[in-house]
Amino acid sequence: MSTRLATGGRLIDRARAVDFTFNGKTLRGFAGDTLASALLANDQMMIGRSFKYHRPRGVVASGAEEPNGLVNLGLGPAFEPNARVTTTALFGGLTAESQNHWPSLEFDIGAINSAFARFLPAGFYYKMFIHPRSFWKHIYEPFIRQSAGLGRAPKNRDADSYEHFHAHVDVLVVGGGIAGLQAALSAARTGAEVLLIEQTAHWGGRAAVDDPVIDGTPAAYWIKTTLQTLESMPNVRLRNHMMGAGLYDHGYALAHERLTDHAPATPGPRHRLWRIRAGRIITATGAIERPLSFAGNDVPGVLLASALRDYIVNYGVSAGDRTVVVTNNDDAYRTAIALVQAGLIVPAILDARPQADGPLVRQARDLGIRVEQGRGIAKVQGRRRVTGVAICAQAGEGAVLEEISCDAVAMSGGWSPVVHLWSHCGGKLIWDEEQAMFRPDATRPPLGADGQGFVQVVGAANGHLRTGAVLADAADAADAAVLADAADAAGGEAPVAQDAEETPMAPVWLMPQGASLKLRQKMWLDFQNDVKVSDVQLAAREGYESVEHAKRYTTLGMATDQGKLSNINGLAVLSSALNTPIPQVGTTTFRPPYTPISMGAIGGAARDALFQPLRRTPLQDWHEAHGATFEPVGQWRRPYAYPRAGESTHDAVIREVKNTRQAIGLLDASTLGKLIVKGPDAGRFLDMLYTNVMSSLPVGRCRYGLMCSDNGFLIDDGVVARLSDDTWLCHTTTGGADRIHAHMEDWLQCEWWEWQVYVANVTEQFAQIAVVGPKARALLEKLGGVDVSKAALPFMHWAEGTLAGIPARIFRISFSGELSYEVAVAAGQGRALWDRLVAEGAALGAMPYGTEALHVMRAEKGYIMIGDETDGTVIPQDLGLDWAISKKKADYLGKRAQERSHMADPERWTLVGLETVDGAVIPDGAYAVGDGVNANGQRVTIGRVTSTYYSPTLGRGIAMGLVLRGPQRMGEVIDIPRLDGSIIKARIVDPVVYDKAGERLDG
Amino acid sequence: MLTLHCPHCGTLAAETELTAGGEAHLKRFGPGSDDDSFEGYLFMRENPKGVHFERWRHSYGCGKWFIAARCTATLEVFGTYPAQSSAPPQHIRDAITARRPGWGWRDLA
Ligand SMILES: [Zn+2]
Repeated sequence: MSTRLATGGRLIDRARAVDFTFNGKTLRGFAGDTLASALLANDQMMIGRSFKYHRPRGVVASGAEEPNGLVNLGLGPAFEPNARVTTTALFGGLTAESQNHWPSLEFDIGAINSAFARFLPAGFYYKMFIHPRSFWKHIYEPFIRQSAGLGRAPKNRDADSYEHFHAHVDVLVVGGGIAGLQAALSAARTGAEVLLIEQTAHWGGRAAVDDPVIDGTPAAYWIKTTLQTLESMPNVRLRNHMMGAGLYDHGYALAHERLTDHAPATPGPRHRLWRIRAGRIITATGAIERPLSFAGNDVPGVLLASALRDYIVNYGVSAGDRTVVVTNNDDAYRTAIALVQAGLIVPAILDARPQADGPLVRQARDLGIRVEQGRGIAKVQGRRRVTGVAICAQAGEGAVLEEISCDAVAMSGGWSPVVHLWSHCGGKLIWDEEQAMFRPDATRPPLGADGQGFVQVVGAANGHLRTGAVLADAADAADAAVLADAADAAGGEAPVAQDAEETPMAPVWLMPQGASLKLRQKMWLDFQNDVKVSDVQLAAREGYESVEHAKRYTTLGMATDQGKLSNINGLAVLSSALNTPIPQVGTTTFRPPYTPISMGAIGGAARDALFQPLRRTPLQDWHEAHGATFEPVGQWRRPYAYPRAGESTHDAVIREVKNTRQAIGLLDASTLGKLIVKGPDAGRFLDMLYTNVMSSLPVGRCRYGLMCSDNGFLIDDGVVARLSDDTWLCHTTTGGADRIHAHMEDWLQCEWWEWQVYVANVTEQFAQIAVVGPKARALLEKLGGVDVSKAALPFMHWAEGTLAGIPARIFRISFSGELSYEVAVAAGQGRALWDRLVAEGAALGAMPYGTEALHVMRAEKGYIMIGDETDGTVIPQDLGLDWAISKKKADYLGKRAQERSHMADPERWTLVGLETVDGAVIPDGAYAVGDGVNANGQRVTIGRVTSTYYSPTLGRGIAMGLVLRGPQRMGEVIDIPRLDGSIIKARIVDPVVYDKAGERLDG
Repeated sequence: MLTLHCPHCGTLAAETELTAGGEAHLKRFGPGSDDDSFEGYLFMRENPKGVHFERWRHSYGCGKWFIAARCTATLEVFGTYPAQSSAPPQHIRDAITARRPGWGWRDLA
């Protein structure tokens, strides 16, 4: 069984017991434990089930590479699935439950899949669920969905807060082991601004566990003093609990800082996403030990040798009383030695190498450990827990020589440098034959803006597994990193370390090398996704020669650990099956983030009110206080209608339309875009931007204009007023101001940069209120100060004056078909004017109206709306707006495009009104169909509805639509199907269904 | 995530401050142009692996347009200059030549 030892554990505080629960059981650990070490201390070796076969799973590793130890963590608003037990710090009150099983961890129905494992080979889902087609949706998918998934999705709102942090540094060092510490120190000594980050809570990496001698002192001492030196330097920032998540172009890096996961009661954000701009980046991310592929290597109790050592040294936890060590290198001997020194039993070290005789091997023998060379494991015994191993000759086919009883296995297949960050941004790898590993190719680094490499990899991540080489490499790289910036690199001498001689590792991709199919079907490569040696070999036989295809076919490396343990073993098996050398098979792509980061951190503070800051008009408070319902328009929330007590929104819209047509409606039009275009060439410029002529507009007059892109499509419309000889005010659609301003700047800066024109967006400088209806003039006259008579201020004119004591511009323009004035005042005066209009207007029947009434009234008048009648494929000619297109101008944006054959095609769908025969309202987005069918057997479409409303004025549905040769088909009745297949009959009519003569707006 | 030097305000701007505007140095064809010229102006674009000239706007900075000469394969930036240029200035061409001898782009070399 796994248990807590009586002594030892450099990271735990035995004086501080910590209670937590796992699957409802209350367990006890110590401050400083990870959830993994605390579970092992409580003999909770089995902690989950695998994804496909629901096999029992125990902890394999001790860090970020752990593939099995995933739990649901926390409750309610703090619930989080897929938390990795090896990187979760223990705290009082922690609640965890295991995942991917039903009804319980110990008894799981899904484990039946394991019995059928040989019927569920690689690509099973692809092969099985293709036919018959209809089964996918109704049978296979629901079944797979039910059985799929590891953790549960959270149901509650996340109670925690998150934030982003921006940092600019000369040198970013990722990884706080001895390589990272040394690199940071060397870089900092030259004066560079250095940020050093470490994903765990502790500095020193593996050296802190194995404690080699550095500069004549124990590594632990060297780590402590180096850390103190770094902390004392003003140009160095140190952050632990912070993982280098991704490297991107031009020195950009993302890091994920976990601020309160280890101390949930702490106030402040839970995670922080660091967005770092670094001149140079040094990655000192270490290496990850590889499993060995032997039958039963997935049984709980089989751990990486280094992890087993970590649990002993760091937490005083043993995985078992009797541990068999199986290895292809010298490093695993350290685990055997640590076990024996902790008073535990190592029945044997099985070394796959025919010969090994370094100081570590001798030390193990001297401690009385039985060392068997040229041997491997034929099979692990036990199902939920290791009970023993069968020994075989590595060179053979798996004939059992001997069985040894044990309750844990420590395996080591060598080490893989963590090259992820280097690879994220295009750094290339080379295959190191001697160490059987991919390591960074320094001659092909990720390139920065200057075309030079900006990333250096140091230490174990660079393939140096010996202490002395690690430190020298780190110091050299730091010097090189700052050479470009500092005149003389003053990083100082690298510390010196003594490393015992080691016998070279020997690659072992199968154990034993001639294993039978039966054994290969029990050799796990990917523990979480249940990918075995036999699956990869099958994929190769079926023609999956590319490593990327084989990965997707078998799901190798696609589990939540992203192949940190399985990648190299898997591609070695593929390479052997394809009879192609490993470097030619290559690796799959490393993609950020290095380990999963929270969605909360990605979002940062951008949630709720800060997700997209709302723009507010000066009248927003009034709308909110008067019961408006709102709709999003651009970044505003505009009043949709103002329902009264007992009134539905629909009723309110009807009332608002009728009231505006009969008395007065007040509309907050402040969101309308307002661009000032000024300068000696402003008229010439506007003549290029609008389809009609704006330069000829007299001062004091208004003109409706259309704007097209240079490929002819209508992009915006609005009324232009000429303010003075060299100044025009261009109104844009709500939400269009920024876009049209950018459009103008683009043409001014990039095409006609010699023209003297200045554009200013003054949208929010003004409040604009539309006073609309037959009594509008009477209301403005009541307010007094400006002559708004028909003679003084005719339709499409504007006047400046002081209205109700407030300086104002009054535009006589109409989007409703009624007598209408739009009054613009300084934003700060908007509310005062609105209050006066409401107060003085009450006796005349004035009421506010919202955007829906606005839409209904414009549709009754046949006025187009950008975004309804246009969708980026519509030209003004489609909308019958030829009257607003100049025939005389030599050029305007879109003119040449509108001459192209397709644009001038008489078959283009053209705007008409649609009058339903029975008065019904046509559904939004409906299509009109004609005679005949298309290639799919569907009725041909001959048009689409662009705007459709119930018209309170006419008491029936009205609509506009684009219809094939529409204007030539006036009076014709066409079919418009509803979604349920029923047909609405609609007659093609003029789009203007209200006051065709325009007498009302001209009143 | 590119960083580009804005030649107008001098800022080293992150990509999030910038808006991409597509290929630079297009010659506009208007009314009276033949179909091929107009099609070329409106639709046909270079798609080089290597040296390219692109328009960028410092949208969340000074608001000015500029042109970046960069390598589409390595993202190396050879230089930036104001959009008020009908052709790449000589010092930009020299910078490219220094890094990519024998480069070509449209009719430039
Ligand atoms: Zn700028």
